[in-house]
Amino acid sequence: MKKTTLPSTIYVLLVFAFLYVPMLIVAVYSFNSSNSTGVMEGFSLRWYVELFKDEETIKAFYNTIILAITSAVTSTVIGTLAALGIDKMKKSWRRSGIMTVTNIPMMNPEIVTGVSMMLLFVFIGSFLKINGVLGFWTLFIAHVTFSLPYVILNIMPKLQQINPNLAEAAQDLGCAPGKAIRKVVLPAIKPGIMSGFIMAFTLSLDDFIISYFVSGPKFQTLPIRIYSMTKKRVTPDMYALSTIIFVVILILLVIVNMNGLKGEQSGKKGAVK
Amino acid sequence: MNKKNLLRQKLCAAPHLVWSAIFIVVPLVMVAYYSFTNAEGQFTLENIYRLSDYTDTFLRSLWYGIVATLICLVIAYPLAYIISQMKVRVQTTMMMLVMIPMWMNFLIRTYAWMNILEDSGIINKFLSLLGMEPVHMINTGGAVILGMVYNFLPYMILPIYTVLAKLDRSLVEAAQDLGAGKVRVFSKVIFPWSVSGVVSGITMVFVPSVSTFYISQKLGGGTFALIGDVIEMQFQVSNNFNFGAALSLVLMVLILICMAVMNKFSSSEDVGGGMVL
Repeated sequence: MKKTTLPSTIYVLLVFAFLYVPMLIVAVYSFNSSNSTGVMEGFSLRWYVELFKDEETIKAFYNTIILAITSAVTSTVIGTLAALGIDKMKKSWRRSGIMTVTNIPMMNPEIVTGVSMMLLFVFIGSFLKINGVLGFWTLFIAHVTFSLPYVILNIMPKLQQINPNLAEAAQDLGCAPGKAIRKVVLPAIKPGIMSGFIMAFTLSLDDFIISYFVSGPKFQTLPIRIYSMTKKRVTPDMYALSTIIFVVILILLVIVNMNGLKGEQSGKKGAVK
Repeated sequence: MNKKNLLRQKLCAAPHLVWSAIFIVVPLVMVAYYSFTNAEGQFTLENIYRLSDYTDTFLRSLWYGIVATLICLVIAYPLAYIISQMKVRVQTTMMMLVMIPMWMNFLIRTYAWMNILEDSGIINKFLSLLGMEPVHMINTGGAVILGMVYNFLPYMILPIYTVLAKLDRSLVEAAQDLGAGKVRVFSKVIFPWSVSGVVSGITMVFVPSVSTFYISQKLGGGTFALIGDVIEMQFQVSNNFNFGAALSLVLMVLILICMAVMNKFSSSEDVGGGMVL
């Protein structure tokens, strides 16, 4: 057991080659000195410089970050509260009904989620006679909505692991119910809240399909900017942009994972004690 | 905990319930409402009748989705199994490597395939270097399916790996001790154990494949329009929200039916396994 044979090693390498070759091409051509994404003429940082001169792209970058932070914070707050509440509901049709509705944005094709929200916003817009209703707020609402199920799904299992007597014990010892939640329950589910937040943040950063339907010309995010650029022939600056985003997310993930490992180790030590 | 506090904690879910009602349930009602009305808001079945013009597109989307899902399953299952047999530390690294490509923008990943498959693209340049005839690959159905497989493959690997990693080795050993060959061990022990992972993998690949529009635009060149392309066009180009809503409604119902069939199939499988035990 635990021995990897040669054919299976080759198989793993082949699948990884399939997964990584297109990414390698993006990274390599982002350093191209000519404006082609097909012919490599020489090494240069020209497209990275060019990228930082492109005001539209820089603006889209700021928009994306603002949207990701605000929507992730909001969905984490609403989602944590929701998990606390749903956890106390009895297993009945009401609880499973709530969970089903919560999971709809996760199960439905993204295009349907995007289109359905667009219809709502346009309907409200025409009802209130607002011109150009699609913008930051519609994107914000959409991102909170599709992140919520992920936040709740990250927290619910942690809540189920808590010994229910713990919060009661705290209250018996004179803790107010709100304080019991803050002092006992929240610390126990903190890892779930964190991973829910990070998931909401990265989902928001990367989302294209839903954003495409609920955004207007006034407020563009990076994926939407990339989409409008890929309608024409792409110059390597889009490749440079994707390489930068990719590296940033990768660094974030590594930091998060190292934190997780540390947490696990200290958790184990705690258990040994 | 007394009743009052219990109620108070349940009330924490209220903001979420209100939010979901307004931004999940109402939009779906809007899709149905728009499907059965015309631009003036009067009731009509015209949009539903018009759907029959797009039967071919629906069938093509379903067919491409099924083919892409099956290819993903065939590639992902052995990989997930091999990884699940490695040392635990290596397993984590391997799964990180599987997930990392997902963090490059989906649009750019697809666009890179255009660079590879084009008539003057990377593969064809390579072929001409070897003195071979160029092959036409871009703007074919095969290119679209390749794009789906490439983009959604990690979604298949992850759930299958997760269940296989939990497989108790002693079950396999017990089967071997009782004289089961490799094929029987796989069909009677390993595969039944992994069915739940396979089902969620299939769901996670099939749904985005059937409803995609960017992949077919870039790698199919518009000649292989899928249902996602038609929906996107109704909303972003021709501004026919009512017909677009009808298309979305049918897409949603189609996927729901496919999922229901899947779930029925998988739960009967579970029952079968239970009976054997």
